[in-house]
Amino acid sequence: MNKILAKQRLSKEVFRMEIEAPEIAEARHPGQFIILQMGGDFGERIPLTIANADPVKGSITLIFQAVGETTHRLALLEPGDTIQNLLGPLGKPTDIKKYGKVVCVGGGIGVAPLFPIVEGMKKAGNEVTVIMGARTKELLIMEEDMRAIADEVIVVTDDGSYGRKALVTVPLKEICEEDKPDCVVIIGPPVMMKFAALTTKPYGIHTIVSLNTIMIDGTGMCGGCRVTIGGETKFVCVDGPEFDGHLVDWDNMLLRLGTYKSEEAEAHHRCHIGLKINEGEA
Amino acid sequence: MHVTKEVLDAQAKALLEQLNDTPLRPKDRAKIPLQEMPSQAPEVRVCNMEEVALGYTENQVRLEAMRCIQCKNQPCIAGCPVSIDIPAFIAEAAKGDYGKSVEIIKESSLLPSICGRVCPQEVQCQKFCTVGKMHKDVEQSVSIGRIERFVADYAREHGLEKIPSIKPDSGRKVAVVGSGPASISAAADLRREGHTVMMFEALHKAGGVLVYGIPEFRLPKKIVEHELQNLKDMGVEIRPNYLVGKTRKIADLMEKDGFDAVFVGSGAGLPKFLGIEGENYVGVFSANEYLTRSNLMKAYAVGKSQTPLYRSKNVAVFGGGNVAMDAARTAKRLGAEEVIVVYRRTEVEMPARREEVTHAKEEGIKFLFLHAPLKITANEKGRVNGVELITCELGEPDASGRRRPVEIPGSEKIYDFDTAIIAIGNDSNPLIKATTDGIEVNRRGNFIVNEETCETTLKGVYAGGDIVLGAATVILAMGQGRRAAKAMNTYLKGLA
Repeated sequence: MNKILAKQRLSKEVFRMEIEAPEIAEARHPGQFIILQMGGDFGERIPLTIANADPVKGSITLIFQAVGETTHRLALLEPGDTIQNLLGPLGKPTDIKKYGKVVCVGGGIGVAPLFPIVEGMKKAGNEVTVIMGARTKELLIMEEDMRAIADEVIVVTDDGSYGRKALVTVPLKEICEEDKPDCVVIIGPPVMMKFAALTTKPYGIHTIVSLNTIMIDGTGMCGGCRVTIGGETKFVCVDGPEFDGHLVDWDNMLLRLGTYKSEEAEAHHRCHIGLKINEGEA
Repeated sequence: MHVTKEVLDAQAKALLEQLNDTPLRPKDRAKIPLQEMPSQAPEVRVCNMEEVALGYTENQVRLEAMRCIQCKNQPCIAGCPVSIDIPAFIAEAAKGDYGKSVEIIKESSLLPSICGRVCPQEVQCQKFCTVGKMHKDVEQSVSIGRIERFVADYAREHGLEKIPSIKPDSGRKVAVVGSGPASISAAADLRREGHTVMMFEALHKAGGVLVYGIPEFRLPKKIVEHELQNLKDMGVEIRPNYLVGKTRKIADLMEKDGFDAVFVGSGAGLPKFLGIEGENYVGVFSANEYLTRSNLMKAYAVGKSQTPLYRSKNVAVFGGGNVAMDAARTAKRLGAEEVIVVYRRTEVEMPARREEVTHAKEEGIKFLFLHAPLKITANEKGRVNGVELITCELGEPDASGRRRPVEIPGSEKIYDFDTAIIAIGNDSNPLIKATTDGIEVNRRGNFIVNEETCETTLKGVYAGGDIVLGAATVILAMGQGRRAAKAMNTYLKGLA
């Protein structure tokens, strides 16, 4: 049981929660994730990347979008409430070291797990540029946090409601052309990661992506999260979540993410009954 | 022909009355008909998840226990991995003293209600039974496992179980990693000596393979919960959501958290895949994933569980062990029209328990022996639509002593399937090895331990169960847990 210490709404559907978890806070490194289950016999287990941690206070920060039943239930909890089951830290940490010039690309909610990596890359002595994108202005999160630590922040929106009207691949390509970075880290929706990784490929830039696949136990026991990396089968939960973006078989991963599409479409309507989060803005 | 529990009980009752008070010679005992295990009718049970084998009635257990001739050699004891005094517990069962019967079992085995259900008795105790020998048929051996199950269930349901006495606080602290059969038995034996015992489980529910792997229809989860409650009542603390190696390393447990010794019973949780083309298509699952979804996550409760299950019509299960049977029978219960177990060898070499194979066949599971998968094919959406199989013949025996399947060139053929479940075993999960300096493993990744003490190459760290044995049985895991606990108790006593 882990107590919620603070809660903040970052956008219409996105929440930040600080949760008491002293052991995870002490052990975790940037890039790692947790799995949570809201209790009871029938609750699913979902992976969420750790956005931040405070080992002194003994807390971790999660940033999540209320999209499924579990994240909706989570969004309804308030400080003082507890989360029944929280396991972590899982996966391998990001390979943070001095590369030289690093570009960190975040899309949508992916900006949250990118934050500790940006922080780590800065600490390791890199010059860090952040490209952050969202569909529209109100879905953009953590801009101020990023501006406080990165050397440069480029904001793009799909609809041009804020920052530059472009996909993240546009400024990424420009940077690759003008001043080739030594390392690119990409976290976001799978399709965005696929195209961002394709963007850096012709330049031969070391490109790290963080994959978020279907997962159950998170300990290597089930293999549901497996992906094809350079022709080899790897488990996202224990071999990842970060991989060389140029070696990922994106099409296979996208197909596997759709494994339960029809089953979930049926469940979707059912799961949202009585679970409406209050209308509201950040 | 399915015979109901009521009919079996009536037959047993009539026979018992007939035998009443007649002194029985061994020959007479051996002539008592073997008591069939009452079960749910196949056509009923494929539509539910409830236990298939219903357990003997009291009349049946008395009769079956009377079939034991109490022979002098007691070959059954030698056939039991933990040397239960089988003739003695059977004699008490025959008398109707089930509480005493279960006490005798518990001197050697902590989990009779579980082992009575999942032990492969036909290759252990019952294989050597003298009654079976008299009939020249191992299937006619005394049904030791069924009697064990009855007395254990009876004791549990009638509150006859005794909570073991716990010695005064020893001042020592032990960590038990994992909560499956090896860990449960180690934890109990360590706690009895008065040590503080903390059990760490990665998943949100304790029980290990008994909970995520073995289906409800073979081992009801309330029985596992009961055993875990017994542990808690003894004072063992169970911490779920704690992955040793990640949440905290073994070195930290020992150096920072004050644990004097550690038992690792983390199991063999790393599923093997076939290494063939198409294995990552949508609709290919490890048996671990398929069973975990259904058992741990309760995905079979469609509409209640938030964890989805793949909807299948034609399912291929690769493998021939108990896990393959569990996966096939689960798929059938979840609505698959046709489920085929594909095995490289023949039925004789199949490692699954006879009872599971029989039950699977009764439930309409089909078997394709002497076939091996070469390739999995998929439609344009990446969803499985077929499997290419090749026919095999049996060649020379291999290292396991079983005849090796040899593929017959030119016999390849594509079969229609929409789902493939891979149940060809597990390797050891490398997590603890990777995060603990000083633990040595063999080439399969299994921990190397001292056979007598189960101590690993790291002082104060012991291990047992599948992490040492590879994929083995519940009873062997339990036996190792107990052996390790005994050595750990000596080790802890010797600490300054």
